[in-house]
Order: sequence, then structure tokens, then C-alpha cells
Amino acid sequence: MTDFITGVMWITGSSFAFLAALGVLRMPDVFTRMQASTKASTLGLGCLLVGAALQLADLASIIRVISIGAFIFLTTPVSAHVIARASYRADIPLWDGTVLDERRERAHPGATNQSAGSQATPANHA
Amino acid sequence: MVEFGTQFALVTLGMSMLIAVVRLVKGPSLPDRVVAMDLLGVLVVGLIVVLAASTSVRAALDAAIVIALIAFVATVAYGTYIERGHPE
Repeated sequence: MTDFITGVMWITGSSFAFLAALGVLRMPDVFTRMQASTKASTLGLGCLLVGAALQLADLASIIRVISIGAFIFLTTPVSAHVIARASYRADIPLWDGTVLDERRERAHPGATNQSAGSQATPANHA
Repeated sequence: MVEFGTQFALVTLGMSMLIAVVRLVKGPSLPDRVVAMDLLGVLVVGLIVVLAASTSVRAALDAAIVIALIAFVATVAYGTYIERGHPE
């Protein structure tokens, strides 16, 4: 029974990690890529850790697995926030289909707020 | 079931790491590469956890903790570097 639950958890978790990698490859924008990578990889790693904790059933391993999980769950949103803020301030261009950019007035005063993506400043980040 | 789960997880995590490396090489700007590096760190942690649990090498979990820590610190350092205004 434990082996069955471990197998199901590992299949689920690695599928979510694969979805995260696919989102990083296929999404059009650094912000959407980061969103896919952060959420899906956190859920996938959580499933993998549950399977590992069921498989290694002693106290020292379970403490280590729980500490890995707590660390990843706490630090992944922080690093995503840091990268998002840095890339917005560095004028990384948004996707062309972006419909709303609420920080545009504050970041670039005097610019209109319609179709934020196509009017994003074409900085040389190519 | 656990043998099939182990093999499926190892193959899928390996393919995910290859895809993340593709984005790391292609990525048009520096934050794309940083996002790919962050995802690669999480995938390596998952791979080490699956390997440690399936072969019951318990010492590898400490390596997973260290890799997660280093990936987080590297991402925050790259964020500071981008924010200070030297992208590429």
C-alpha cells in the first residue's frame, strides 16, 4: 500500500515538474514563464517529497524531507518576487497580448495605459 | 508500482531538465535565464530526493538541502544584479 501511494505520488509530482518545464519553454513572457515555473514546480516537488517520506520511513529522513519542503515552500515565492521586480524595473518588454499593466503610470510617468505590451520601451535586451 | 513510479519520475525529471536547459540557452533576456536556473535547481532537488528514497541512500538528502539553499541565494543575487542595471 505504501509502495502504491509512493508510486502515484512520484508520477504525479514528476508530471507537474514536467508541466513547469513546458511552461518555461512555451510561455511568451518572462513573467508568465516565472508564474508557470514557480507554482507547478512547487506542487510537483511537494508530491515528490511526500512519496519520499513514505518510502524512507525513519525519523531522521522524515525530518530532512520536511525541512526541504518547508525551505522550498518558503523561498520559491520570495525568489519569484525578486526576479519579477528586478525584470520589471529593468524594462524587460511585456508580452504583446498584455491587457493591463497597473504599474505603468508609476514606472513611466506620462505614458498611456492602453495596450501596455506593444508600447513597452524596446530596450536592448535581445 | 514503486519501480514504475521511480523510472517514470527519473525519466520525466530528466526531460524537464533538458527543456529547462533549452530555455537557459535560448532565453532572450537575462531574467529568462535566471528563471530557468531556478527551475533547474528545484528539478535537481526533486531528482536527488527520488534517487535517495529509491536507493535508500539517506545522506543524499543533505545534498538536496544544500542545493536548494544555493539555488535560492543565487536567484536573489541575480535579482539584485539585474535591478542594479546591468542586464546582459
